Order: sequence, then C-alpha cells, then structure tokens
Amino acid sequence: MKLFLATLLASTAVFSAALAGETLDKVKARGSLVCGVSEGIAGFSAPDSTGTWAGMDVDFCHALSAAILGDATKVTFKPLTAQNRFTALQSGEVDILSRVTTYTLTRDTALGLDFGAVLFYDGQGFMVPAKLNITSARELDGATICMQTGTTNELNVADFFRSIGKPFSPLAIEDVNELNNAFFNSGRCDVYTGDTSGLAAWRSSLAQNKDDYVILPELISKEPLAAAMRHGDQQFGDIVRWVGFALIEAEEKGITQANADEMKSSADPTVQALLGVSPGLGKALGLDEAWALNAIKAVGNYGEIFERNVGAKTPLGLQRGTNALWNKGGLIYAPPAR
Amino acid sequence: MSHPAENKPAAGLFESLAALLRDRTVRRWVFQLAVTLSLVSFIGLLVAIAAGNLARQGIATGYGFLTGEARFEISESVIAYSAANSYGRALLVGFLNTLKVSLVAIVLATVIGTAVGIARLSSNRLLAGVAGAYVEGLRNIPLLLQLSFWYGLLTVTLPVPRAALNPVEGVYLSNRGVVLPMLEPHAAFGYAGICLAFGAAIAVLLNRLAARRQERTGRRTVIAPAVLFVLFVPVLAAWYFGGAPAALDMPRLQGFNFVGGVRLSPEFAALLFGLTAYSATFIAETVRGGIEAVSAGQSEAGRSLGLRPGLVMRLIILPQAIRMIIPPITSQYLNMTKNSSLGVAIAYPDLVAVGNVTMNQTGQAIEVVSIFMIVYLTISLAISGFMNWYNHRMALVTR
Repeated sequence: MKLFLATLLASTAVFSAALAGETLDKVKARGSLVCGVSEGIAGFSAPDSTGTWAGMDVDFCHALSAAILGDATKVTFKPLTAQNRFTALQSGEVDILSRVTTYTLTRDTALGLDFGAVLFYDGQGFMVPAKLNITSARELDGATICMQTGTTNELNVADFFRSIGKPFSPLAIEDVNELNNAFFNSGRCDVYTGDTSGLAAWRSSLAQNKDDYVILPELISKEPLAAAMRHGDQQFGDIVRWVGFALIEAEEKGITQANADEMKSSADPTVQALLGVSPGLGKALGLDEAWALNAIKAVGNYGEIFERNVGAKTPLGLQRGTNALWNKGGLIYAPPAR
Repeated sequence: MSHPAENKPAAGLFESLAALLRDRTVRRWVFQLAVTLSLVSFIGLLVAIAAGNLARQGIATGYGFLTGEARFEISESVIAYSAANSYGRALLVGFLNTLKVSLVAIVLATVIGTAVGIARLSSNRLLAGVAGAYVEGLRNIPLLLQLSFWYGLLTVTLPVPRAALNPVEGVYLSNRGVVLPMLEPHAAFGYAGICLAFGAAIAVLLNRLAARRQERTGRRTVIAPAVLFVLFVPVLAAWYFGGAPAALDMPRLQGFNFVGGVRLSPEFAALLFGLTAYSATFIAETVRGGIEAVSAGQSEAGRSLGLRPGLVMRLIILPQAIRMIIPPITSQYLNMTKNSSLGVAIAYPDLVAVGNVTMNQTGQAIEVVSIFMIVYLTISLAISGFMNWYNHRMALVTR
C-alpha cells in the first residue's frame, strides 16, 4: 500500500503540471475545495455519527470555501494518513492540507510546502496509564513508546531521550487503529506520545475512564499547527493565510457568527474593511468583498471554532491557554487587516 | 542527362541498405536497437519532466540526504544504530531487517511446506486431512489479515513485562517479546566456530568419499560416527581449552523493560509466523504437485526392490520431484521477500517502514522509492540467481 502510494506520487510528480497561481482557478472551476483531513482525530477532523465531518481543521476548510466560493458546504474532505498527507498535497490530490500539521522549516522548504496562519499552538507530550504512578517523563527509563510514524513526534522523542541520556524503545505504527490498540488495549507500549491535543482527543474517545490515563507535564516540543498548501502558488497562499487571520481578527473585534451581519454597521473602520463594507481587501486577495463575512457567518470566529470543537464544554475539555488571544495572555495574533 | 556512373553509387548504397535490412540478423538487431532506444528515451523524458516539476515545486532532489542525521530511533536492529546515525545507515538497518525476516521465513517455510506437502499425500487419512485443511485454510486468507491476527494474538494474550511469564530461569515471555539468556562474548566461541567450519568441510568430504566408494564397490560405508566426531569433538575441545566460558548474560527487568540477553520482538515473531504459515501452504502445494508428477511406476519399482517407504521417498521420488519443484518454489521465495514489506502494518522496521519515515522527513519520495526498487530487485535477482544455479545442478544429467 505504502509502496503503491509512493509510486503514485512518483507518477503524479511526472505528470502534474506547473502550479503557480493555479489553485484558485482550479477550485473556482471545479466549484469545490478539496481539503485533506485526518482519518479521524476528535475535535480536529472526525466524521460524526451521521458521517458529517466536524472539528477545527474541518471548520477552517468550510471557512475557506465560504470565502472563495461564497458557499461553506462546497468542500470535499479527503481523509489522509500522517504518512501520505504531503504526497497527496504535492501531487495536487488535495488543494489544502488542514490536518493537525506542524509548521517546520524542512516542510516549508525541502517538502515544497507553504503554511497558513497558526491556528493551534500545540506541544508534544506523553500519556501513561495512571496506575504506573509516573509523574515525569524523566522516569520513562527504557519504556516502550508508541507513536505514529510519519510525524515530527518520532524526531522529538528521539531528541528528548538523547538529551536526558536514557534509553527507550520506539514502536512507530502507521495505522492509527493499530496504534491506539497497542496502547489502550494490548499494553504493547507503556507510553503514548503525540501532540497533547491529540492525546486528549484519543483519551476522550477511547479510554473507558478518562482518569485511567494521565498526560505528563513535560512538553518536549513546539507544535504550531497550521494549514499547508503547495509552495509556489502565492495567491492561494495569501488567501489561506488571511482567512485564518480574519477569523482571529473577528474574535478580537467581537464579530460572531450570530452578529456578523449587524456588525456591518459598526463604526470601527477595521470591522468595516474586514466585512467588506469599505471595499478593497477582497479585491486585493482576488476574492469577493464579502469573503471574511461569509467565512465568519459559516463557522464563527476563532474563539467560537475553538469552543465548539475542543473547548471546555467538549469531551476534549481543553482550556484556551496558549491558544487565547494575544491580548488575553495567549499567542493567537493576527496582523492588521488593512 | 546524368551519367550512369554518377547514379550507380547512390542506387548501390540504397540497394545494399535494402539488402542489409533483408538480412534477418541485421533486421533483428535494428529493431531491437530501435525499441531499446525509444524505451530509454521515454524513461529519460519521464525523469526530465519529473525533475522539472519537482524543481518548480521547490521539492529537494538528489541522494545527498542519505548522509544527513536521521534523528529517529528504530525499534530493532542487527547492527548498532542510534538516532545520531545517518539516513543511509537507517535504511541499511531496514534492509538487514528485511533480509533477516525473509531468510528465516524462507528456511522455515521450506521445511514446513515440504513436510505438509508430503503429509497431504499420506495414506493416513487424518494426517492428510489436517494437512489439507491447513493448506486450504491459510492460503485463502489474505496475508495482511493473518499478520494482524498474529500480532494481536501475541500482544493481547501475553502479559505486560512486570507480569512476564517466566517458565525457566532467565526466560521471560511478555508482550515485549521473548527474552532469552545469552552467552557473554568470549574468544573461545570464535575458535569453536572456526573448528565447526572445518569439521563441516571434512564431513562433506567424508560423505563424498563414501558416495564414491559406494558407486565403485556397491558397499555402503557407515560414516555417521565419524561425521559426528569431526563436527563436535574439535568444537568442544576448542571451547574447553579456550577457558570453558559459561558466563550468561541474564535478562532482568529494569525500569520498563528487560535489559541483557537476546530479544525476539512480537513484531518480528508475528511477521515470521504469518509469512511462514502463509507461504508454506504454497510450497506444500508445489511439493505435492512435484511428487504427484513422478510416475507411480517409480515408487512401485522402488518398493519391489525392497526399499522401505521412507527410503523410496528420499532416494527415488524426491530427487525426481525436485526438478519440477525448484522453478515454482523460486517464485515463492521471491514473493516472500517482497511480502515481508507488509510488516510495516505491524510496526516491524523493515526497509519499507524505515524508508517511509525517511521519505516523510526528507520529502524525497522518488529517491527513496528508487532505493526500494533497486534493493528489492537486487535481493530478488540474487535469490533467483542462486535458485537457477541450484536448478541447473539438479537438472537431469543425460549421459
């Protein structure tokens, strides 16, 4: 399978055409946005009981589709593994990768990608069964650690154990069901490592009792999660980046899904520009002037997206923490939309 | 009006070209050359387009990444490896893991397959029935499912390390695998190994001499005691006079896992079981087919000479059947090597698994896939080369 996919990449690399400036035209001509998501990570991108995709990453694709096409529903979701996601993006199988993907230098350069606004500040952590009575990752001497292959987690965990000079045995599994099975059911591994948001998501959906597992306090990496697109198509890159910023700006200015239309009569020039009352921003991006308005009406502002999918009232129960707005002690910050 | 003398060389050249094309050997060469050239230029075109597209997308190309630091760990390795080693070495570790599981599985599947194939022909109905059920059952279930089954069975049923089964002192069975005590390295083992190699060479020589004598005189020489002597006595002597080392590296639980001893991981075990059990069914059918293709008159003749059934099988049927068995069994060996890449599904770090991580971190899919192709092609050609040589050796010698 893996070989097949890789060969597929090889062949698509051979036949795919030049990309610059084409993604927007392609999306408009097709009338829909093809969005690469995960195979099911609760809170970020997972199909619900009716088969409808939901989550932060999914909402971002809806916002993007609303901004570009004026219709939030014109999105085709394509589930991708951690392993084949970049191949799918590089070869043009998906227009955008909105799939808990960490923004790194190598991916930005050698992989031929570009990244949008960071929409979630995560960090890699460790989850262990509570009955082991472990309180620090430094006690994990010689532990067998499960992780998903094809992620930055493999590197971080090796770096961490090298830095504390302790051995560990990795168990890198690609299939997420096998991986969860190895930790939650068979006990093949002692520790589960991954982005803490993801660990919380799995714990909420798979553990019989949430308190049977603890996430250790150490964060061993910075994992800024952002949407990725192909390098070279600057126009589409600008759109992806600014739709993300618009959602953040909306929270800062108090524009919500419910009051977006009313806010058009706001006296604040920034709000007027963002919502297209005073034109200019849409044209600059090559979009309709109602781009941000449509996006906000489709999924709400950043804060609403967060609370609906991963916030305190959801099974994941995450606090805003580093993901609060910059003026509320967090890192979420948008450059001025003007 | 042109002079005939001027015209002639041109016509002559044309005619001689036409004549050349009518020559079968020349024509064959021309066509083959044309086909080869167009194939090569087509591949060259694809490579050029791919390189152009990759450059346009800003994706790195070339094999320079192989010397870069891998920075990821691999769960099991035949050679020393750490995250500080290069991608090249990581891929070598994966390659050796592929070789390890393939070779062991090939040997085991051959033994099991031959036994099951013969058992299916047994006059004992129960034995034949069990062998038949095994073959029909396992060869009709996809290998990937079987691997998941074995892996699940091993990891779910076995206890965690702290509650490991400990049937014999020093042997621990848990879902981290089987851990066994290992003799601590000592120079005497090296000497013993050399003695064993020499002993084996002498044993082969003795066997040849005995066979030649039987051909000449018709009398069988009993060489078993002599063979046992040359095989074991020098080895034991080397060990004893080398200092009789017997220190054992005993595994013990430290922190989360066992340290010391040798470990057989559940991933390796599951892949080995699955691959062996699955491929042995095909080998069994090949062996059965080969045996059934030997005419019944051969075994009747053997029995009427007074040979016991076991000897009839060993001396008369199998040597003839093996000529029919080798070519299809070679394909099975090649399949097994390639099927071992399914181990990626159960976290066995074979070439494909390590290559996938490399691909993901460096983004150089085409280069890594080309390495996969070259490596599998090389392994397969080596196996088929060896089997062709063996087949040639076993072929019917007409005198």
